[in-house]
Amino acid sequence: MRFIVKIDINIVGKKLLQEHFDKLLLDYSLKANGEVEINEELSSEKYKELTLELSKYGIEIIESEKNILIQKIKNAIIEMVYMDERLPITSSIPTYLSDKLKYRYGYLSNLFSSSTYTSIENFTQLQKIERAKQLITDSELNCSEIAWKLNYSSSAHFSNQFKKVTGLTPTRYQRIIQKRRDAQNEGTIWE
Amino acid sequence: MQNESIYVLLADDDKDDRDFFIEAFESIRIKTIVKTVNDGVELMKHLALNRNKLPHILFLDLNMPLKSGMECLIEIKKTDYLNDMAIAIYSTSASEQDIENAFVNGANVYIKKPHDFATLKKFLEEVITINWQYQTSGLNRDSFLLNL
Repeated sequence: MRFIVKIDINIVGKKLLQEHFDKLLLDYSLKANGEVEINEELSSEKYKELTLELSKYGIEIIESEKNILIQKIKNAIIEMVYMDERLPITSSIPTYLSDKLKYRYGYLSNLFSSSTYTSIENFTQLQKIERAKQLITDSELNCSEIAWKLNYSSSAHFSNQFKKVTGLTPTRYQRIIQKRRDAQNEGTIWE
Repeated sequence: MQNESIYVLLADDDKDDRDFFIEAFESIRIKTIVKTVNDGVELMKHLALNRNKLPHILFLDLNMPLKSGMECLIEIKKTDYLNDMAIAIYSTSASEQDIENAFVNGANVYIKKPHDFATLKKFLEEVITINWQYQTSGLNRDSFLLNL
Protein backbone atom coordinates (compact mmCIF):
# COMPACT_ATOMS: atom_id res chain seq x y z
CA MET A 1 0.00 0.00 0.00
CA ARG A 2 1.19 3.50 -0.72
CA PHE A 3 -0.31 6.82 0.32
CA ILE A 4 0.53 10.44 0.78
CA VAL A 5 0.13 12.20 4.10
CA LYS A 6 -0.75 15.84 4.49
CA ILE A 7 1.19 17.30 7.38
CA ASP A 8 0.23 20.52 9.12
CA ILE A 9 3.63 21.56 10.44
CA ASN A 10 2.12 24.13 12.79
CA ILE A 11 0.05 21.50 14.58
CA VAL A 12 2.79 18.86 14.59
CA GLY A 13 5.25 21.28 16.17
CA LYS A 14 2.83 22.35 18.87
CA LYS A 15 1.79 18.78 19.78
CA LEU A 16 5.41 17.64 19.90
CA LEU A 17 6.37 20.43 22.29
CA GLN A 18 3.31 19.79 24.49
CA GLU A 19 4.14 16.08 24.75
CA HIS A 20 7.73 16.75 25.76
CA PHE A 21 6.93 19.49 28.26
CA ASP A 22 4.19 17.34 29.78
CA LYS A 23 6.60 14.42 30.06
CA LEU A 24 9.03 16.60 32.03
CA LEU A 25 6.10 17.80 34.20
CA LEU A 26 6.81 21.45 33.35
CA ASP A 27 4.50 24.39 33.98
CA TYR A 28 4.61 26.11 30.59
CA SER A 29 2.68 28.13 28.08
CA LEU A 30 3.11 28.14 24.30
CA LYS A 31 2.92 31.56 22.66
CA ALA A 32 2.81 32.64 19.03
CA ASN A 33 5.79 32.26 16.65
CA GLY A 34 7.51 29.43 18.51
CA GLU A 35 7.92 31.31 21.79
CA VAL A 36 7.72 29.18 24.92
CA GLU A 37 7.43 30.40 28.48
CA ILE A 38 8.41 28.05 31.30
CA ASN A 39 7.09 29.27 34.64
CA GLU A 40 9.87 27.74 36.71
CA GLU A 41 13.64 27.47 36.80
CA LEU A 42 14.86 24.46 34.82
CA SER A 43 17.66 22.41 36.37
CA SER A 44 20.63 22.04 34.02
CA GLU A 45 19.98 18.27 33.71
CA LYS A 46 16.38 18.85 32.72
CA TYR A 47 17.43 21.55 30.26
CA LYS A 48 20.01 19.19 28.69
CA GLU A 49 17.47 16.39 28.47
CA LEU A 50 14.98 18.72 26.81
CA THR A 51 17.53 20.02 24.29
CA LEU A 52 18.55 16.47 23.41
CA GLU A 53 14.98 15.19 23.06
CA LEU A 54 13.89 18.11 20.87
CA SER A 55 16.99 17.91 18.66
CA LYS A 56 15.82 14.45 17.53
CA TYR A 57 12.92 16.22 15.80
CA GLY A 58 15.08 18.97 14.34
CA ILE A 59 13.87 21.43 16.98
CA GLU A 60 16.56 23.76 18.26
CA ILE A 61 16.34 26.04 21.30
CA ILE A 62 17.47 29.54 20.39
CA GLU A 63 18.70 31.91 23.05
CA SER A 64 20.54 34.96 21.75
CA GLU A 65 18.16 37.94 21.43
CA LYS A 66 19.12 38.58 17.83
CA ASN A 67 18.72 34.95 16.77
CA ILE A 68 15.43 34.75 18.65
CA LEU A 69 14.01 37.61 16.63
CA ILE A 70 15.30 36.17 13.34
CA GLN A 71 13.71 32.84 14.18
CA LYS A 72 10.45 34.62 15.06
CA ILE A 73 10.47 36.28 11.65
CA LYS A 74 11.06 32.91 9.94
CA ASN A 75 8.33 31.25 12.03
CA ALA A 76 5.85 34.03 11.24
CA ILE A 77 6.55 33.72 7.51
CA ILE A 78 6.29 29.91 7.57
CA GLU A 79 3.07 30.07 9.58
CA MET A 80 1.64 32.49 7.03
CA VAL A 81 2.71 30.43 4.01
CA TYR A 82 1.28 27.19 5.41
CA MET A 83 -2.07 28.50 6.58
CA ASP A 84 -5.19 26.95 5.09
CA GLU A 85 -6.72 30.20 3.90
CA ARG A 86 -5.59 32.15 0.88
CA LEU A 87 -2.25 33.93 1.46
CA PRO A 88 -2.13 37.72 1.86
CA ILE A 89 -0.70 39.57 -1.15
CA THR A 90 3.06 40.11 -1.17
CA SER A 91 2.81 43.87 -0.75
CA SER A 92 1.02 43.45 2.60
CA ILE A 93 3.71 41.20 4.11
CA PRO A 94 5.74 44.05 5.69
CA THR A 95 2.64 45.22 7.58
CA TYR A 96 1.75 41.64 8.50
CA LEU A 97 5.21 41.06 10.00
CA SER A 98 5.53 44.37 11.81
CA ASP A 99 2.02 44.00 13.32
CA LYS A 100 2.76 40.47 14.40
CA LEU A 101 6.23 41.07 15.84
CA LYS A 102 5.78 44.66 17.04
CA TYR A 103 8.91 46.05 15.37
CA ARG A 104 9.35 48.48 12.50
CA TYR A 105 9.66 46.54 9.21
CA GLY A 106 12.89 48.35 8.28
CA TYR A 107 14.51 47.09 11.46
CA LEU A 108 13.32 43.51 10.92
CA SER A 109 14.41 43.59 7.30
CA ASN A 110 17.95 44.83 8.06
CA LEU A 111 18.41 42.39 10.91
CA PHE A 112 17.24 39.49 8.73
CA SER A 113 19.47 40.37 5.78
CA SER A 114 22.51 40.85 8.00
CA SER A 115 22.67 37.27 9.14
CA THR A 116 20.77 34.90 6.87
CA TYR A 117 22.46 35.47 3.46
CA THR A 118 19.04 36.32 2.11
CA SER A 119 16.28 38.92 2.51
CA ILE A 120 12.78 38.62 3.98
CA GLU A 121 11.39 38.94 0.44
CA ASN A 122 13.55 36.12 -0.94
CA PHE A 123 12.96 33.93 2.08
CA THR A 124 9.19 34.37 1.68
CA GLN A 125 9.48 33.67 -2.02
CA LEU A 126 11.43 30.45 -1.33
CA GLN A 127 8.91 29.33 1.28
CA LYS A 128 5.99 30.04 -1.04
CA ILE A 129 7.60 27.96 -3.77
CA GLU A 130 8.18 25.15 -1.25
CA ARG A 131 4.48 25.27 -0.40
CA ALA A 132 3.65 25.28 -4.10
CA LYS A 133 5.82 22.15 -4.60
CA GLN A 134 3.89 20.40 -1.86
CA LEU A 135 0.58 21.38 -3.45
CA ILE A 136 1.76 20.33 -6.92
CA THR A 137 2.76 16.83 -5.86
CA ASP A 138 0.38 16.06 -3.00
CA SER A 139 -2.89 17.85 -3.71
CA GLU A 140 -5.47 17.80 -6.44
CA LEU A 141 -5.07 21.50 -7.17
CA ASN A 142 -4.06 22.60 -10.66
CA CYS A 143 -1.73 25.49 -11.51
CA SER A 144 -4.42 28.19 -11.59
CA GLU A 145 -5.81 27.04 -8.26
CA ILE A 146 -2.35 27.01 -6.67
CA ALA A 147 -1.64 30.47 -8.10
CA TRP A 148 -4.89 31.72 -6.56
CA LYS A 149 -4.26 30.11 -3.17
CA LEU A 150 -0.73 31.51 -2.89
CA ASN A 151 -2.00 34.86 -4.20
CA TYR A 152 0.05 35.21 -7.38
CA SER A 153 -1.53 37.64 -9.84
CA SER A 154 -2.01 34.93 -12.50
CA SER A 155 -1.09 31.37 -13.26
CA ALA A 156 1.52 32.60 -15.78
CA HIS A 157 3.10 34.79 -13.11
CA PHE A 158 3.18 31.81 -10.72
CA SER A 159 4.83 29.58 -13.35
CA ASN A 160 7.45 32.26 -14.03
CA GLN A 161 8.30 32.66 -10.36
CA PHE A 162 8.48 28.89 -9.96
CA LYS A 163 10.86 28.66 -12.92
CA LYS A 164 12.95 31.55 -11.60
CA VAL A 165 13.50 29.86 -8.23
CA THR A 166 13.89 26.23 -9.34
CA GLY A 167 14.93 26.42 -12.99
CA LEU A 168 12.03 24.07 -13.80
CA THR A 169 8.43 24.61 -14.83
CA PRO A 170 5.76 23.37 -12.38
CA THR A 171 4.76 20.63 -14.88
CA ARG A 172 8.32 19.40 -15.27
CA TYR A 173 8.84 19.46 -11.50
CA GLN A 174 5.70 17.37 -11.04
CA ARG A 175 6.79 14.85 -13.67
CA ILE A 176 10.25 14.44 -12.10
CA ILE A 177 8.90 13.89 -8.57
CA GLN A 178 6.34 11.41 -9.91
CA LYS A 179 9.04 9.46 -11.78
CA ARG A 180 11.28 9.56 -8.72
CA ARG A 181 8.52 8.13 -6.52
CA ASP A 182 7.70 5.43 -9.09
CA ALA A 183 11.40 4.52 -9.35
CA GLN A 184 11.71 4.27 -5.56
CA ASN A 185 8.69 1.99 -5.46
CA GLU A 186 9.85 -0.29 -8.22
CA GLY A 187 13.55 -0.09 -7.48
CA THR A 188 14.23 0.84 -11.10
CA ILE A 189 17.10 3.05 -12.12
CA TRP A 190 17.09 5.62 -14.92
CA GLU A 191 20.20 5.53 -17.11
CA MET B 1 25.12 26.88 12.71
CA GLN B 2 25.46 30.38 11.35
CA ASN B 3 29.22 30.54 11.82
CA GLU B 4 29.94 27.04 10.66
CA SER B 5 31.70 26.69 7.30
CA ILE B 6 30.02 24.75 4.54
CA TYR B 7 32.03 21.73 3.44
CA VAL B 8 31.94 21.33 -0.35
CA LEU B 9 33.40 18.35 -2.24
CA LEU B 10 33.89 18.14 -6.02
CA ALA B 11 34.57 15.01 -8.08
CA ASP B 12 35.90 15.98 -11.52
CA ASP B 13 38.62 14.45 -13.70
CA ASP B 14 39.45 17.74 -15.46
CA LYS B 15 42.17 19.67 -13.65
CA ASP B 16 41.26 23.07 -15.11
CA ASP B 17 37.64 22.64 -14.05
CA ARG B 18 38.75 21.72 -10.52
CA ASP B 19 40.97 24.81 -10.31
CA PHE B 20 38.23 27.18 -11.54
CA PHE B 21 35.81 25.62 -9.10
CA ILE B 22 38.12 26.18 -6.12
CA GLU B 23 38.88 29.74 -7.23
CA ALA B 24 35.19 30.58 -7.64
CA PHE B 25 34.52 29.67 -4.02
CA GLU B 26 37.24 31.99 -2.72
CA SER B 27 35.12 35.07 -3.34
CA ILE B 28 31.62 34.06 -2.24
CA ARG B 29 29.97 35.37 0.92
CA ILE B 30 29.29 32.11 2.74
CA LYS B 31 32.37 30.55 4.34
CA THR B 32 33.27 27.28 2.63
CA ILE B 33 35.89 24.57 2.83
CA VAL B 34 36.42 23.09 -0.64
CA LYS B 35 38.03 19.73 -1.39
CA THR B 36 38.32 17.85 -4.67
CA VAL B 37 38.81 14.28 -5.85
CA ASN B 38 39.84 13.22 -9.37
CA ASP B 39 37.33 10.54 -10.30
CA GLY B 40 34.36 8.47 -9.19
CA VAL B 41 36.35 5.59 -7.73
CA GLU B 42 38.45 7.96 -5.61
CA LEU B 43 35.23 9.71 -4.54
CA MET B 44 33.52 6.56 -3.26
CA LYS B 45 36.71 5.56 -1.38
CA HIS B 46 36.98 9.03 0.10
CA LEU B 47 33.37 9.00 1.32
CA ALA B 48 33.69 5.52 2.83
CA LEU B 49 36.84 6.53 4.72
CA ASN B 50 35.37 9.80 6.01
CA ARG B 51 31.94 8.73 7.19
CA ASN B 52 32.05 11.13 10.12
CA LYS B 53 33.01 14.11 8.02
CA LEU B 54 30.79 14.02 4.97
CA PRO B 55 30.35 17.11 2.77
CA HIS B 56 27.25 19.29 3.14
CA ILE B 57 27.07 19.31 -0.63
CA LEU B 58 28.75 17.13 -3.25
CA PHE B 59 29.35 18.29 -6.84
CA LEU B 60 29.59 15.47 -9.38
CA ASP B 61 30.91 15.71 -12.92
CA LEU B 62 28.91 13.34 -15.13
CA ASN B 63 31.65 12.21 -17.52
CA MET B 64 34.47 10.68 -15.56
CA PRO B 65 36.60 7.65 -16.41
CA LEU B 66 36.34 4.46 -14.29
CA LYS B 67 33.08 5.46 -12.64
CA SER B 68 30.69 8.07 -14.05
CA GLY B 69 28.90 10.72 -12.03
CA MET B 70 25.55 9.01 -12.65
CA GLU B 71 26.92 5.69 -11.32
CA CYS B 72 28.20 7.49 -8.21
CA LEU B 73 24.84 9.22 -7.72
CA ILE B 74 22.94 5.92 -7.90
CA GLU B 75 25.38 4.22 -5.53
CA ILE B 76 25.22 7.12 -3.05
CA LYS B 77 21.42 7.15 -3.04
CA LYS B 78 21.40 3.42 -2.25
CA THR B 79 23.78 3.89 0.70
CA ASP B 80 22.06 4.81 3.96
CA TYR B 81 24.84 6.78 5.61
CA LEU B 82 25.33 8.92 2.48
CA ASN B 83 21.69 9.80 2.07
CA ASP B 84 21.72 13.18 3.81
CA MET B 85 24.16 14.98 1.53
CA ALA B 86 22.86 17.41 -1.04
CA ILE B 87 24.06 16.40 -4.51
CA ALA B 88 24.74 18.73 -7.40
CA ILE B 89 25.49 17.46 -10.90
CA TYR B 90 28.07 19.66 -12.57
CA SER B 91 28.32 18.80 -16.22
CA THR B 92 29.09 19.98 -19.75
CA SER B 93 25.95 18.22 -20.95
CA ALA B 94 22.62 20.01 -20.89
CA SER B 95 20.56 17.31 -22.58
CA GLU B 96 17.00 17.11 -21.29
CA GLN B 97 17.51 13.39 -20.75
CA ASP B 98 20.62 13.82 -18.56
CA ILE B 99 18.91 16.54 -16.50
CA GLU B 100 15.77 14.53 -15.93
CA ASN B 101 17.59 11.27 -15.14
CA ALA B 102 19.86 13.05 -12.66
CA PHE B 103 16.86 14.49 -10.80
CA VAL B 104 14.90 11.25 -10.89
CA ASN B 105 17.93 9.39 -9.51
CA GLY B 106 18.01 11.79 -6.55
CA ALA B 107 20.19 14.78 -7.49
CA ASN B 108 19.14 18.12 -5.95
CA VAL B 109 20.89 20.48 -8.34
CA TYR B 110 21.86 20.32 -12.01
CA ILE B 111 24.36 22.88 -13.27
CA LYS B 112 25.55 23.09 -16.84
CA LYS B 113 29.20 24.19 -16.62
CA PRO B 114 29.16 27.82 -17.78
CA HIS B 115 31.73 29.18 -20.25
CA ASP B 116 32.77 32.20 -18.24
CA PHE B 117 34.10 32.58 -14.73
CA ALA B 118 31.65 35.30 -13.61
CA THR B 119 28.66 33.05 -14.35
CA LEU B 120 30.32 30.12 -12.60
CA LYS B 121 30.76 32.23 -9.47
CA LYS B 122 27.16 33.41 -9.64
CA PHE B 123 25.82 29.86 -10.09
CA LEU B 124 27.89 28.40 -7.26
CA GLU B 125 26.95 31.21 -4.90
CA GLU B 126 23.28 30.65 -5.70
CA VAL B 127 23.52 26.90 -5.07
CA ILE B 128 25.36 27.32 -1.77
CA THR B 129 22.98 30.04 -0.57
CA ILE B 130 19.84 28.04 -1.34
CA ASN B 131 21.36 24.87 0.10
CA TRP B 132 22.16 26.85 3.23
CA GLN B 133 18.51 27.87 3.53
CA TYR B 134 17.50 24.22 3.30
CA GLN B 135 20.06 23.33 5.95
CA THR B 136 19.10 26.05 8.41
CA SER B 137 15.37 26.51 7.92
CA GLY B 138 14.18 22.93 8.21
CA LEU B 139 13.13 22.67 4.57
CA ASN B 140 12.47 19.26 3.05
CA ARG B 141 15.52 18.15 1.06
CA ASP B 142 13.41 15.78 -1.06
CA SER B 143 11.75 18.73 -2.74
CA PHE B 144 15.03 20.61 -3.34
CA LEU B 145 15.43 20.72 -7.12
CA LEU B 146 17.38 23.47 -8.86
CA ASN B 147 18.34 23.59 -12.52
CA LEU B 148 20.88 26.24 -13.58
